[in-house]
Amino acid sequence: MTPALSVSDLTVRYGSVTAVRSVSFDLRAGSVLGLVGESGSGKSTTARAVVGLAPFTGTVRVGERDASSPRSRDAREARRRVQMVFQDSRSSLDPRFTVGQCVAEGLPAGERRDQGRRVRELLELVSLDPALVRNRPGQLSGGQRQRVAIARALAARPEVLVADEVTASLDVSVQAVVLNLLRRLRAELGLSMLFISHNLAVVRYMCDDVAVMFNGRVVEQGGVDDILARAQHPYTRALLAAVPEVGQRRLLSDAAIEASTAASPAPGPGCDYRLRCPVGPAVDPGRAICTTDDPGPGAPERVHAAVCHFASTRQGTDALAGSGELR
Amino acid sequence: MSTTVPTRAAARRRRVRLPGGVALVLLLAFVFLSVAGPWIWGDAAGATNVVDANQAASAKHWLGTDDLGRDLFARTLVATRSSLVLAVLATVVGGVVGVALGLLSGASNRLGKVLGAVINLLMAFPALLLSIFFAVLFGIGSVGSVLAVGASFAPGFARITQTLTASAISRDYVEASRVLGKGPVTVVLRHVLPNIAEPVILYTTIHIGTAILALSGLSFLGLGVQPPSYDWGRLLSDGLTRVYITPTAALGPAVAIVLAGLTFNMAGEHLSDLVGGRRSAPRQVDAAPAPADGPGATGTETSSRGAHAEGLADQAFGSSTAPAARPLLEVRGLRVVYPGPDGGTVTPVRDVSFSVAPGETVGIVGESGSGKSMATSAVAQLVEAPGSVHAETLRFDDVDLTRRTKDDERVLGRSMAMIFQDPGEALNPAIKVGTHLVEPAVVHLHEDKPLARRRALDALRAVAVNDPERRFGQHQHELSGGTKQRVCIAIGLMGEPRLLVADEPTTALDVTVQRQILRLVAEVRDETGASVLFISHDIAVVSEISDRILVMYAGFVVEEASTEELLARPAHPYTGLLLAASPDMAADRSRPLPMLDGRMPGPGVDLPGCYFADRCPRAEQDCRDQRPPLLQIGAPGHRAACWHPLTADDPVEAPALVEERAAS
Repeated sequence: MTPALSVSDLTVRYGSVTAVRSVSFDLRAGSVLGLVGESGSGKSTTARAVVGLAPFTGTVRVGERDASSPRSRDAREARRRVQMVFQDSRSSLDPRFTVGQCVAEGLPAGERRDQGRRVRELLELVSLDPALVRNRPGQLSGGQRQRVAIARALAARPEVLVADEVTASLDVSVQAVVLNLLRRLRAELGLSMLFISHNLAVVRYMCDDVAVMFNGRVVEQGGVDDILARAQHPYTRALLAAVPEVGQRRLLSDAAIEASTAASPAPGPGCDYRLRCPVGPAVDPGRAICTTDDPGPGAPERVHAAVCHFASTRQGTDALAGSGELR
Repeated sequence: MSTTVPTRAAARRRRVRLPGGVALVLLLAFVFLSVAGPWIWGDAAGATNVVDANQAASAKHWLGTDDLGRDLFARTLVATRSSLVLAVLATVVGGVVGVALGLLSGASNRLGKVLGAVINLLMAFPALLLSIFFAVLFGIGSVGSVLAVGASFAPGFARITQTLTASAISRDYVEASRVLGKGPVTVVLRHVLPNIAEPVILYTTIHIGTAILALSGLSFLGLGVQPPSYDWGRLLSDGLTRVYITPTAALGPAVAIVLAGLTFNMAGEHLSDLVGGRRSAPRQVDAAPAPADGPGATGTETSSRGAHAEGLADQAFGSSTAPAARPLLEVRGLRVVYPGPDGGTVTPVRDVSFSVAPGETVGIVGESGSGKSMATSAVAQLVEAPGSVHAETLRFDDVDLTRRTKDDERVLGRSMAMIFQDPGEALNPAIKVGTHLVEPAVVHLHEDKPLARRRALDALRAVAVNDPERRFGQHQHELSGGTKQRVCIAIGLMGEPRLLVADEPTTALDVTVQRQILRLVAEVRDETGASVLFISHDIAVVSEISDRILVMYAGFVVEEASTEELLARPAHPYTGLLLAASPDMAADRSRPLPMLDGRMPGPGVDLPGCYFADRCPRAEQDCRDQRPPLLQIGAPGHRAACWHPLTADDPVEAPALVEERAAS
């Protein structure tokens, strides 16, 4: 089956800075793929490149269509099928528009005639009272605004929805409303979703697959349960160990604590993560290969395509655990 | 009786300004004159009478006559039309050209750089110089001078439009529109232009006044309106030659020019106030009546509850981690009041009582608007006028914060350390990291510099800042978010911290860095024996570090218990929801999350009952009628403000499960 969204070798450069380096992933039709990582890891830039807000090299395919060349008709049609919901609904809705106008903006040209009915349908779809059409975004709560933004994206009848930290600026009681809504829409409309979040617990709840990003690169990807249970990359393990959990008191433990607090990735050849790696050359002198060789090239041979010299290779675990194949 | 705590006095600044009516009346007068003036006084203004030439002011000719004996008062009134029309035309020319250039340069990357450079170059010249230059270029006369003044205005319009456009075009809603496939022209017309229109229109109105002055200037220099036409500048120019003989001849048009200039400037400012006021209006969400009682009137209510709290407080300490010790921080009946819109008041903190024992870590959890940060600011004495802090008890160690002296402030500065959500804001970008650490020690503790420097380096080492010597000489922008937060903690360590107040210290950080900072706070606490007041919206984060947790909602503490007790047996439905609504690593993915729509009542709302009632699935009529006090429930030290608390039989998520489209 053709993936709903297929990204290969995506690279985004801003001047001399490379924000995203050779990222590849497939979003299976009808599934949700989570992109996780720290701020600056390139997850949002990847999303912006996919919807055409950032210039990139590489290939982005939406279903059968190639969306890579910015001006072709095929690309424009492909783009329409990928819609985005932004983090901050306060700034993603024009304060001068009414709710109705906001949603109507997303309607394709052919549906303008029936605008009123479609807008009402869309508001119902996102569980908003259609009587709100005349209100302005400023009069709504954060959760309501985010639902208007989702309705606007759905108006374009997308096949893929890119959700970029959509609940990061919401209170927890309202976050649940938006997460439940996205799950329902996925089930009802068969939407495929690229779900970006820094919150691994939310990603676990929402996603089927997950890709972990570090320094502009996908360092590990696979099925969400598989990644959580058998994380290959030490960075993924450090992320997992840092998830705060009610009543667990895990954060003050020493499990997977990183070797240093260096904020910037390691320079020069070798692994970008080696300065912070809790099992890398910073603590284990035997792992000199991490300072000399880029772990990138061997990744396809490893479990979860992990960008780490010391991740298990595929045959090994397949024989051992028969773990789920990625992609 | 609650005491009002002195807040930092900030002088209220007000601009002296005439009421809006004056500008409106003057504006109408000028409009009337420019429409009707030439009809009424046109004949008088044109009638020559050589006999009466060059007369001074008299009852017949109020401003005297010119060298052809024409009445100068009539001429000044008639000239209103040409002066104003030319000024408006010049402004429109400048506005249209400038806005177009500004939109182009703000909206387009490549063209923007070139146009921006040209605009900057033109902005470097004084406007009057530019208009004289353009007047010579476009030719002498009315048309030339209008074009010249317009051209000299264009760079200013272009600059403001460019700046506004550049900021508007990077907004998310513009990007959302682009993702929906809208072209650049559509985006500019639909989203950019309407959103920058207000400031541009205001700028235009104010510039009409300037245009009157500029055009009069050109006419005065002989570059503008040519005889027999005349405007105020022309009249001024003619009158000035006789200013020592008949001063009124120059004075009349001069007054007219000044008055017109002032009128349009004032009108512009009032328009800008109106627009600003209109924009801020929808912010006051609810029209609920402001509380009629002043701070004093609530005395009986709060003191009775305060006495109640007192009795319970003893029980609370019986079970807390440090039983015998007197609490380090004691807060009772804390209220924070701000003047609200329309003369009312808003109360972000309504009634907060808690205490922190020495060495204890108390977490405060609540969503945005719960008052948790404001309550903490009140404790740290950071509430600024016009806000006011009221409390029955507000005591830190031996200092009564309701009556603090200069000496007390020094003690506070040394023994209370603050960490904020955004460490970048807490550090002065112009001052080196080292100075932030050393200066308070030198100034307040009278340490000599070498000692302070040694201690500062030790403090940086203690918070695990790598390469402290180098960091010492750096500025905050050279540090990562985590390192900045470490520096802020190090600053606190320079005193003798007994209470560390951490207000959302990890919210802006990545999870891995959040973990580092939490560990650091715990380390500092264990090494110095300081108490910690830890504020966060994330109950999971708070529960990682706190001994005891307070849950705040709408300015009240709604529940308080030891961490284990609160997590195991939440009593307030809101706490139950907070615990259940956020998915954790063990959440059941086959089921939807329990959720809650609607929003927290704002600080301007005054309700007789429970503030959570409207969103609460367990609420009944009594909840709306009468506010539940914070009472002991179950285990000692476990208190909740709820008439219908959750019991052990209630599954945590059940009460919060409401329909997706709940009331809003």
